[in-house]
Amino acid sequence: MSNNAPTIIVDSTPEAKAAFYAELQSFVGLEIGEPMPAPDEVNLPMIRHLVEAVGDRNPIYTDPELAARSIHGGIVAPPTMLQAWVMHGIDGPQRGGDGPYEKMNELLFSRGFTSVVGTNSEQTYKRYLRPGDRLTMRTVIDSISDEKTTGLGTGHFVSTRQDYYDADNELVGSMLFRIFRFQPKAKAPAAKPKPPRPRPATTHDNQWWFDELNDGRLCAQACAECGRVRFPTGPLCPSCHSRSYDKVEMPMSGTIHSFVVAHYPQVPSFDYPLPIVLVDIDPSTSHAGKPGNDKVRMIMNTADCPESALAVGARVRIEIRATDPDMKLPFAIIDATGATS
Amino acid sequence: MSINRPGNRLGGKAAITGIGATEFSKDSGRSEMSLASEAVAAAIADAGLKPSDIDGMVTYSTDNNPDVEIARHVGIGSLRHFSRVHYGGGAACGTIVMAAMAVATGVADAVVCYRAFNERSGRRFGAGVQDLPLAATAERAQFSWTTPFGQLTPASWVAMVARRYMHLYGATSEDFGRVAVAGRKHAANNPAAWFHNEPITLEDHQASRWIVDPLHLLDCCQESDGGQALVVVSAERARDLPNKPALIVAGAQGAGDEQWTMTSFFRDDIAHLPEMKVVADELWTSSGLTPADIQTAILYDHFTPYVLMQLEEFGFCGRGEAKDFIADGALEIGGRLPINTHGGQLGEAYIHGMNGIAEAVRQIRGTSVNQVDSVENVLVTAGTGVPTSGLILGVDR
Repeated sequence: MSNNAPTIIVDSTPEAKAAFYAELQSFVGLEIGEPMPAPDEVNLPMIRHLVEAVGDRNPIYTDPELAARSIHGGIVAPPTMLQAWVMHGIDGPQRGGDGPYEKMNELLFSRGFTSVVGTNSEQTYKRYLRPGDRLTMRTVIDSISDEKTTGLGTGHFVSTRQDYYDADNELVGSMLFRIFRFQPKAKAPAAKPKPPRPRPATTHDNQWWFDELNDGRLCAQACAECGRVRFPTGPLCPSCHSRSYDKVEMPMSGTIHSFVVAHYPQVPSFDYPLPIVLVDIDPSTSHAGKPGNDKVRMIMNTADCPESALAVGARVRIEIRATDPDMKLPFAIIDATGATS
Repeated sequence: MSINRPGNRLGGKAAITGIGATEFSKDSGRSEMSLASEAVAAAIADAGLKPSDIDGMVTYSTDNNPDVEIARHVGIGSLRHFSRVHYGGGAACGTIVMAAMAVATGVADAVVCYRAFNERSGRRFGAGVQDLPLAATAERAQFSWTTPFGQLTPASWVAMVARRYMHLYGATSEDFGRVAVAGRKHAANNPAAWFHNEPITLEDHQASRWIVDPLHLLDCCQESDGGQALVVVSAERARDLPNKPALIVAGAQGAGDEQWTMTSFFRDDIAHLPEMKVVADELWTSSGLTPADIQTAILYDHFTPYVLMQLEEFGFCGRGEAKDFIADGALEIGGRLPINTHGGQLGEAYIHGMNGIAEAVRQIRGTSVNQVDSVENVLVTAGTGVPTSGLILGVDR
């Protein structure tokens, strides 16, 4: 299937479509080309090549004695070789010219059905073939479907039927071969991958907080000397000026202090409208009573809740989720009970 | 920070005597240096001074135009003082404070303060920090607590405070909208304003699209290209120059407790502006003035909710009462406290607050397009949500 198919303008009015379909149906039943004789009669060497290639050890195909004692009374050819007996090599007779098949294809092409894919074939057998049978194949256009749309595009299924006759002009088998002639679906432009979210600018003073987040922990900072809790992070305890600190894992719950919904300008890393919430994080149990423990507040986005659920005072559950392969961020999920404080 | 101290003695020592600006546009089509040089030259000329009279220059740390290069282009020559003030728009009045300190102490005689940028056609501040390169610095890392969550822009930071304020005090989006309506009403009458002749209604405000809920588009100031400069000299010298002096009655900077740059989300109470309270206390205490002494104010209006909070921090009304204070067109010309008579940054241009100081000077001179009657004192503030600054300019008596 070509992606560079020419753009063909077609008259797509119902009348034009009906006329086209009627013209298309006029090809059904027409014979394609001259009857094609098999290059060789049915023969044991070809049978042996096939059954060896496919690993079929049924003796009726190759063992004259066993085959003679079977219901066939002698060697028969595998029925699926039906088509093979009439196949020519690549230098064999070529179909071409301006027969009905070519005309049908031109008609389909003119309506924009420029691509083709084989879909399936079905064989039916009247009798087993035996070495010495010499076949002739005749091909007709068996059926043409209504317009159909598949995953590939819109078009028509065209079935040709190859009928195989023996030397007595008796029908020994047939094969339906179905193709789909279609107009390729316009390829949706490849979805541009979302660029990663803006990275935080990090320093010695805040890198650890993002590292903890990536390890699944939502932290505040507590002075290792006096216990004062602080957030956002900083190099000194504002109370005692100690540089030593503990990482305090905070509860995954809080209350919306304020919120906005961003509409413009739109940055491709995000979906809009984009809710952004400022959350009062519940105090940590490990630092209960310490100054600052009840003042930890963070910006985050929301997840799994509609914009209409946003409210100052709404209780939220917090989850840490990956936003990019290398970044995790906290998300607020608004409590469905709508509890407010 | 100790409150009991001898006090800020800057008042009365210096005056703004020259103002100059470029056109305000969305695409200047020229360099920021061109804008800066033109504004500086215009301010010096307006002051009745020669470029060589200037011996000090002050700008924002975020300005891209080196003072010495402007000095070369304008022909200023040698400089005795040059300093820069940090925190974006919070620097605006701070540049005048630096200049006033310099002339009050004799460090310099005539200081030009300037801000010029192609903020609309070049790097837009509204885009936020999404494109700032990562760096292992505290200044960059301070944004790490918000940016991975998509909170990347000034509007998104201000909206977080605004929502809490609405929750606590019952203010509505329409209350914010009244600030925008006032600014656009004043701009409509100002030929220099981008939104000249383009007033809006409260319905327009409510119908404008969300930027960051609860902020509509019309809660956010515009983005602009342009330049503004002002000349500061001693009060004595100002009296000898052609323009009516705009006396610096008081000037102060302020950073609050638990201060962050735009993201002070970790304070006990996020729904106010303690940094502006520091400024307000300094201005009132050092000048002896009260809100009743102010006839008109320039309140920094990059986002409308912060205008309500500033009214509260300066004591024009109590905490949470701004929504009532501003009802009935109080902020519009003819109202109880007309603000941003040039149209503000919502209506005139976003020149990082510097154009507001120039409007305060015009109100003192009596030359505003929306002149308020009997102006004695004008309050001016700088960027909100960041460490900031403020001024009271007054008529020299």
